[in-house]
Amino acid sequence: MSTAMDRQGVELLERLGKSGEGKSPQGCMQCGLCAASCPLGYAMEFPPRKLILQAESGNLEKVLASPSLWMCIGCYTCSLRCPRDIELTDGLWPALRDQSLQAGIQPPAELQETFQNLFKYGNNLGKSPRQRLDWAKDLDVRVLDLSKEPRPVDVLWLVGCYPSYYPRNQVVTRAFARILTELGVTWGVLGAKEKAVGECERMFGEEGLFETLVEENRKLLDKCEFQTLLTLDPHAFRALQKFYPQHGAWYPVKHYTTFLHERMEQLKPLVLKPVKATVTYHDNCCVGRRCESFDPPRELLGLIPGVELVEMERNRENSLCCGGGGGGMWLDAHIVAHGGHRLSDERIRQAAATGADTLAVSCPYELSRFEDAAKVTSLEGKLRVRDIIELLAESMDLGERNVS
Amino acid sequence: MNIAVVLRQVPDLIEPLEVAGSGQALDWGAASFILNESDDHALEQALLLKEAGGGTVTVLALDFGEVDNTLYAAAAKGADRIIKLPMDQDTPPSPQAAAARFAEAIKPLSADLVLVGVQAHDELDGVLPPYLAAALTAPYAGVIRGVKAGPEAGTVTAFKEFPGAVMARLTVKLPAVLGILGADQPPRYVPVSRIRGAMKSTTFEEPEVAASVPESRVAVDKMYPPVSAAHAEMLSGGEDEVAAGIVKILAEKGIIK
Repeated sequence: MSTAMDRQGVELLERLGKSGEGKSPQGCMQCGLCAASCPLGYAMEFPPRKLILQAESGNLEKVLASPSLWMCIGCYTCSLRCPRDIELTDGLWPALRDQSLQAGIQPPAELQETFQNLFKYGNNLGKSPRQRLDWAKDLDVRVLDLSKEPRPVDVLWLVGCYPSYYPRNQVVTRAFARILTELGVTWGVLGAKEKAVGECERMFGEEGLFETLVEENRKLLDKCEFQTLLTLDPHAFRALQKFYPQHGAWYPVKHYTTFLHERMEQLKPLVLKPVKATVTYHDNCCVGRRCESFDPPRELLGLIPGVELVEMERNRENSLCCGGGGGGMWLDAHIVAHGGHRLSDERIRQAAATGADTLAVSCPYELSRFEDAAKVTSLEGKLRVRDIIELLAESMDLGERNVS
Repeated sequence: MNIAVVLRQVPDLIEPLEVAGSGQALDWGAASFILNESDDHALEQALLLKEAGGGTVTVLALDFGEVDNTLYAAAAKGADRIIKLPMDQDTPPSPQAAAARFAEAIKPLSADLVLVGVQAHDELDGVLPPYLAAALTAPYAGVIRGVKAGPEAGTVTAFKEFPGAVMARLTVKLPAVLGILGADQPPRYVPVSRIRGAMKSTTFEEPEVAASVPESRVAVDKMYPPVSAAHAEMLSGGEDEVAAGIVKILAEKGIIK
């Protein structure tokens, strides 16, 4: 006899099939390409194809309670390789996680803290909202806080949580502020009023939290007048580009690599100082694999005199995820417990194998992930992790200075 | 079992605390607030007892310190009734005064068990739970780390941890007040969608409570940040430089010659 929970699995798949998000999961032919492509599939009790199989077979309860549910790091490899075009990353995983949360199953403890931080403080680090603009203290360029001084600007920069609070990221944030100013762009930020965009929360299946953040951000953004909404965070870019419109909120959003790439001609005469480095670039998953923007970051690096660009064996659409997306940033202990290692450790070894002395990144999570990985893998001092912004700023003579 | 749970909002320490102009109290207007951690455990313990043996959970809180979101979260977790006690001042009452008000609000509930966090980090002149027990003329046990149904009707079994790794199992006759340090499991996570649902569906009861408030015999003369009596010196530079710095400090202190 079929129970309510048995039926729920089929209903969930049917609902996803009608959502317009890729093809119906019920069309899955169990080819296993998703499981083989997933960087953590080897360690999952239920990789994507088995999630579908079990949900259809009336074993949803088992799926919802499995540690596998919290191992997807949102790299999009399974979705893009699925021959049936099933939207696994943006569709199936969040829906199952949501179902699990609604069933009262407790997510990993480290994740609960992140959720609570976001709900209470609007940032994932559990920091004071009043300190969100501390990165700009004593900065040598003017930072316009549009929440206090509203005015039309070319660029509204959503700075993001890590770039606002995390000391290592603040170096990049300040450099980007100088670059924007040097380019003659009028720009502003939302200061203490800014909230996390919430992409990872949606991927976590915490739809209510995501909706709350969308509502709060809309209230702020709709009051501002700007041509471009700019973010350093590929995950935020993805959320604003795809998920916000689903909630009726459309904004002209760009990731900074695209924004700067559009200004290559303007940058050329400014990028003068040689930066002697052999650089390998790590494609982030959201702007790279998902949005197929592979050349702009490389072309930006190519502008810098002295930079020699070398490729990792796994690059572009075949790039290995750093393990921080889809909420993986706050699931390291869970993933190591069930998967045995951090993907960032594996990835940095791949970077070192190229002979590069610098690993260039374009995502705020990757600085801390890869710098930690360098320590774990004894690569500290041999391979520097730097954001593209830092390399550009050094060449433009706009690097860290005059900051107390 | 009908359980009453007292929840208190306390200053959130992610913000630096500021002393008011009087120099005798915190600047409450500059503070942000969070649910007192051990009260969160008291709520969890109450929900676990209800899930195990039935009954109701009634949550009580003073209307102070951004309490509404805390109360909606409690409703989303499974509290049956929410009582928000109106305040006629914008500063928190003393623990004795708060206990007197909570006691008056709890009396009509005929609660079998009252659970409250064993302490709150902003309590100034004593802790609330024993005052509450006294006001209810109920027995009190504190520093409790887990509660289960008792060996016979009208009792609960409470577990208390003493320093030095000694546990005690207590049989507590009801009605009683227990000061909770930790619940049998960490406070549960409740999805935000449920909290949002509770915001739409929950009605707070807001009874006027008259309580005879004892006058505090403790007065604050001055509130101030601690004055540092010693300091750490961070040595920077290369290995040789740092080693030389250490040798110099040790010599200055007379530890080496």
